Amino acid sequence: MSITVRSVSKSFGSFAALRDVSIDIQSGELVALLGPSGSGKTTLLRIIAGLEFADSGSVAFEGEDVSDRGARDRRVGFVFQHYALFRHMTVFENIAFGLRVRPRGVRPSNDGICEKVRELLNLIQLQNQAGRYPSQLSGGQRQRVALARALAVEPSVLLLDEPFGALDAKVRIELRRWLRQLHDKVHVTSVFVTHDQEEALEVADRVAVMNEGRIEQIGTAEAVYNRPVSPFVYNFLGSVNLFHGRIDNGTTYIQDSESDHLVFVRPHSLEISREPRGAEYFSATLVHVHAAGPLVKVEATTAWGNPVHVELSKERFAELALQKGDEVYVVPKELAVFPNRSAGTGTR
Amino acid sequence: MIATAGRVALPQATSESPAIRWLLTGIALAFLLVFLFLPLVVVFASALAQGFAAYLRTFADPDTLSAIRLTLLAAAVAVPLNVVFGLAAAWAIGKFQFAGKSLLITLIDLPFSVSPVVAGLIYVLLFGAQGFLGPWLALHHVQIIFAVPGIVLATVFVTFPFVAREVLPTMQAHGIDEEEAAVTLGANGWQTFFRVTLPNVRWALIYGVILCNARAMGEFGAVSVVSGHVRGLTNTMPLDIAILYDDYQFVPAFAVASLLALLALVTLVVKSVVEWRMGEDRS
Repeated sequence: MSITVRSVSKSFGSFAALRDVSIDIQSGELVALLGPSGSGKTTLLRIIAGLEFADSGSVAFEGEDVSDRGARDRRVGFVFQHYALFRHMTVFENIAFGLRVRPRGVRPSNDGICEKVRELLNLIQLQNQAGRYPSQLSGGQRQRVALARALAVEPSVLLLDEPFGALDAKVRIELRRWLRQLHDKVHVTSVFVTHDQEEALEVADRVAVMNEGRIEQIGTAEAVYNRPVSPFVYNFLGSVNLFHGRIDNGTTYIQDSESDHLVFVRPHSLEISREPRGAEYFSATLVHVHAAGPLVKVEATTAWGNPVHVELSKERFAELALQKGDEVYVVPKELAVFPNRSAGTGTR
Repeated sequence: MIATAGRVALPQATSESPAIRWLLTGIALAFLLVFLFLPLVVVFASALAQGFAAYLRTFADPDTLSAIRLTLLAAAVAVPLNVVFGLAAAWAIGKFQFAGKSLLITLIDLPFSVSPVVAGLIYVLLFGAQGFLGPWLALHHVQIIFAVPGIVLATVFVTFPFVAREVLPTMQAHGIDEEEAAVTLGANGWQTFFRVTLPNVRWALIYGVILCNARAMGEFGAVSVVSGHVRGLTNTMPLDIAILYDDYQFVPAFAVASLLALLALVTLVVKSVVEWRMGEDRS
């Protein structure tokens, strides 16, 4: 089922959580709302769920306006950051809850409920834990139960609020791959909130990057990572080097003081050489070399005192025989330029 | 303990020497013995001073039986009322945001801070013959003060905070995540309350009911003011004990007192069990 959010705004007291947000989510899509805390991503998710109501704007499912419906009548599956499992119920009863509270006419028989729960227990691979209580499960298991509970009511939309936020790093990675596989199997329209860019880029079909109550950019992981439309997105996704620069006759110059443009370069888009090459280089001094891992990370300082992070392959690193304190030449291969909004007037 | 060379086993920073520990424990136990255990023994010993037959004879007295009945009645009205009120108040305060919330919390605590005698007087001033509503009540032949309704009202007032005060912290600690989950799963208000909220606070609720009941049966001050002390009509057990004792009828006085003491003991046992279960729930 597709989700259409139109011009939604929401304030809590004097704090504007969402400012005129619109987003279209296609049926069967898996979309990530990515942003720092306070960017409004959870508020947007809760408004889609009907747990919160927008001050203005509308939410529609499959073209039908559901703005005035509460969470109960929207048929959404919601997975909470801290699981929100019913602590006094077993895993089995937790999953069965949504079916048991249905009005008599549409409630499945007891056998039907059991069958459905067994099916879901198989899906989350917790067949043997049906009789346990939430407090007896690990974080990853609890989150899977929460997911099964949400799926039991066959929701039209699945919404997940920081689903892996409370888990340790290893379980997180396992579980997010599992979520992707599950989505490919179940194919329910899903939206999840995260502040972890890696998670969003790896799992989602499309990523909506949020900042200060607005969606800065929405697109595939490839698009938002490689073609950020704003300095914020560039900064938020992956590590980046920030320089001041100016544009003269279509050519970008990196310079040492504040100016009317900002230049962003990813660490892997910088090349290090021993010799000056062409005209597009600046010199820097190596201050730190971090050689553990698939890429060698080098930290240097430019002549005007700016820190620069460079990533290069092990082979290239060995070829250059780099050492701390070396004077080198840095060549940007790819850069992005944005007007500097904080600079007063465009000085040349 | 073996202290290897260069490593001396030092006492932990937070622990005292055995002598001091025994001394402190001893003082505490002696205190409990003198102020709690001995009085309890005295109650039962005095009640049985003239034998078991005399003890039982107390409970054949219709006035005493009437006092027991009235106490049970007051508790039977006050406890359910306060369960309903306490749950409603705790639910409202714990799960919702609204204006005047802190005022409501203060009002719930009011009976704790008001002297029971004043609580009784409030009802006399309100419903008594010279009171604010007195003439109107007299006109309609309704008697509240110096009658059973007054006793029930005073009991409800002094036991007002117990259930709410026990249930509220648990509800606040649990937050509203589970309720929100229930709603997204299609549960309506009643289903959410009875299947999610209530089971989560069940031990706190039972604990509150126990305390509420103990206070309802044991209340003296407020009830004393509104009762009028008519034996066989408006006397509760605590009032009866006072009257019997003032009459130098020690065996009956202590016999009735032993019933209240038994109630206290049962309350203590149930309370410990519930506390233990509450601890289990939290883990």
